[in-house]
Amino acid sequence: MHLHKYEKWWLIFGVGTLIAFLLILAYGAFYLGTHPQSHGVTIDPENIGAEETFKPENLGLTKLDEGKYVLNVVASAFNYDLGTDEEGKPVKHIQIPKGSTVLIQAVTPDVIHGFNIAGTNANMMVEPGFISSMEVTLNKPGEYTLLCNEYCGSGHHMMFATVEVTE
Amino acid sequence: MAIEKLLKYEHDNKFSLTISKSESRLYMSFIGFAFIALFVGGLMGLLQVLVRSGYYTLPAGIDYYQVLTVHGVILGLVLTTYFIIGFQYALMGKTVGISETQFRVAWLGFWIMTLGTIMSAITILYGKASVLYTFYAPLQAHPAFYIGLALVIIGSWIACFVNWRQLYVWKKKHPGEKSPLLAFMVVINMIMWFIATLGVAASVLLQFIPWSLGYAATIDVLLSRTLFWYFGHPLVYFWLLPAYMAWYAIIPKIIGGKIFSDSLARLSFVLFLFFSIPVGLHHQLTEPGVQTTWKFVQIILTFMVIVPSLMTAFSMFATFEITGRRKGFGGLFGWFVHLPWKDVRFLAPFIGMLAFIPGGAGGLINASYQLNSVIHNTIWVTGHFHLTVATTVILTFFGITYWLVPHLTGRKLTPTINRLGIIQTIFWAVGMTIMSTAMHIQGLLGGPRRSAYSEYGGSEQVAEWGAYQVAQAVGGTILFIGIVLMVYIFIKLAFFSPKGNEEFPIAKEEMDAEPTPMWLERWKLWVTITIALILFAYTIPIIDIIQHAPPGSAPFAWPIGNN
Amino acid sequence: MKKKTLPKSSSQEPNLKGTIISVSIIGLIIVASWFGVFGLFLSR
Repeated sequence: MHLHKYEKWWLIFGVGTLIAFLLILAYGAFYLGTHPQSHGVTIDPENIGAEETFKPENLGLTKLDEGKYVLNVVASAFNYDLGTDEEGKPVKHIQIPKGSTVLIQAVTPDVIHGFNIAGTNANMMVEPGFISSMEVTLNKPGEYTLLCNEYCGSGHHMMFATVEVTE
Repeated sequence: MAIEKLLKYEHDNKFSLTISKSESRLYMSFIGFAFIALFVGGLMGLLQVLVRSGYYTLPAGIDYYQVLTVHGVILGLVLTTYFIIGFQYALMGKTVGISETQFRVAWLGFWIMTLGTIMSAITILYGKASVLYTFYAPLQAHPAFYIGLALVIIGSWIACFVNWRQLYVWKKKHPGEKSPLLAFMVVINMIMWFIATLGVAASVLLQFIPWSLGYAATIDVLLSRTLFWYFGHPLVYFWLLPAYMAWYAIIPKIIGGKIFSDSLARLSFVLFLFFSIPVGLHHQLTEPGVQTTWKFVQIILTFMVIVPSLMTAFSMFATFEITGRRKGFGGLFGWFVHLPWKDVRFLAPFIGMLAFIPGGAGGLINASYQLNSVIHNTIWVTGHFHLTVATTVILTFFGITYWLVPHLTGRKLTPTINRLGIIQTIFWAVGMTIMSTAMHIQGLLGGPRRSAYSEYGGSEQVAEWGAYQVAQAVGGTILFIGIVLMVYIFIKLAFFSPKGNEEFPIAKEEMDAEPTPMWLERWKLWVTITIALILFAYTIPIIDIIQHAPPGSAPFAWPIGNN
Repeated sequence: MKKKTLPKSSSQEPNLKGTIISVSIIGLIIVASWFGVFGLFLSR
């Protein structure tokens, strides 16, 4: 099979570029440890309260240490449960100081949901039977919308909360 | 010696049988059905962009997601499958012929598919299956929806069997000859389709149907998703390859040239067969239950499937340049300036090719492991596949329609329709540029896909998205005008155009073309390698998914209003 | 006498200068958009 000289050049350039991209991605993944979430930790979707993390009193944002937070969320149709405030009202707005690391842990008792703090890399699927988790650092101050980006039913677009990254 | 060579050339290139009236009816039934789907699905698309603009509410309490389900199912699954099967039958009928038995079996396939489509359509219209075209468990639709889908798949398998048989019979009659290029490509596409649909068929038949009927209490959600995406990615190549058939073997004839390289065209199709299927995990990168190593392995395989598209890009430009230079248009880009821009049979697919440049670049980004979290489930993805399938593929299908429909109905593509077709193509190009660009940008800002209009509590960030959603409504409206034009053109070509004989353009090879190596026809080897790659990419992830499965999910019907 | 040194293979190949320039432009578009989103990923 004959290849034109220029086609050889083109394929060498093209395949070379693809390999370069893959090497960059692999370096990020396997050397720096930046993977999309993939922990494979399971949970019974009909009994998520059995897990300490997702008991009602443990939901929402908790400060662990200076600059270290954990955010536990139950995503259900059509609501993000971020715990309750002192008055017992559901929390719909959370504040995180910029530059702190946040470990997000989310589960669903019903159907598949998305978890996306829009405009950030905090983007994951929440599926029945698994604990979704990832650690993010939010560096840019501002108000972000946490929203469901996987179709979960007729109220899908009403499922949100706000995340404020403070100075 | 020269005469012998000439005779052989004539022989190798005479693949053009006559398509009989009854055959035409079969092919036209598939294509006509596709155009009905285009109109219905397009109308739904218009409603969606209007709702999302924030200035329009659906009447009579119609649910946005019901409209979205119709749009996805009827355009993504029905329009494409019907048009592709009709077009591929026509290609086979023209190059290798169809027997009486094959013809009858092909009709059986049509009716099974149509029965399935009608079943699913009714279920969706009754509001019992607003689950979108991906029907992710544990959202539960009415069983008739899943049974209808299964029938569509089974009907399409019949087309696979018929196409394989057609080439087999031809090869028996022509021992030692290479199969006609277009027949080779059709058979590759149908092998890929068959192997890929086994995944979704297994999921629908063994998981969804028993579960929706109540025979199984729970469903393994992750397994069902993995089987869906095992099918879901080759699905997009099943759409793309018929467009590539036209690019490789029909466009050269339309522009007055020859096939650039028969062997490279075949090789690219073989590579598509290998690498289209073992890549589905790149749709599941942000999922909790799939191991990182296997996600990355499938990313590497996904990057492999880019290579045949790089080859195709080169072949297309080379065909244009060689043809132009032979006609005497010198200079660096003289050949480009003198392409037949006023011939809609060329212009529409050409705009499709252009759309594949940003479409392909975007696809590469989507599959780039960590980068996926920037765009996953944002409306960037919607913008992406409206470039690839809804521009590259569909404009090529329109380009085919302009000559195939009159060829089948014994009519002519008149200069008036040609001009209308050019206007149609311009509408599509302009509308899609506006809509898709707005979707890409809004996606990068974080705007979600598959969501009805929402202000998300009125945050500033979301307010920024408004302008892009209005732009999408403008682009979408222009596109809908394009759809109305195209449906009008189709009706005109099918029923009212003047009688005549429209050419079925099939390009020939160069007279002194290098002979195509016979190893390209090692079908058993290609299928074996394909299966081996699938087993390599999927065995361990699937065993892992089953072994480490959480308790299954009960059905949830209420979130979609299926009570 | 100098003619002997003419390269043999390229004389038969079609002139595809325009093609290689066109595909190179495609290549640059791909590389630019990829690094664009890569930059966005890193900045977030």
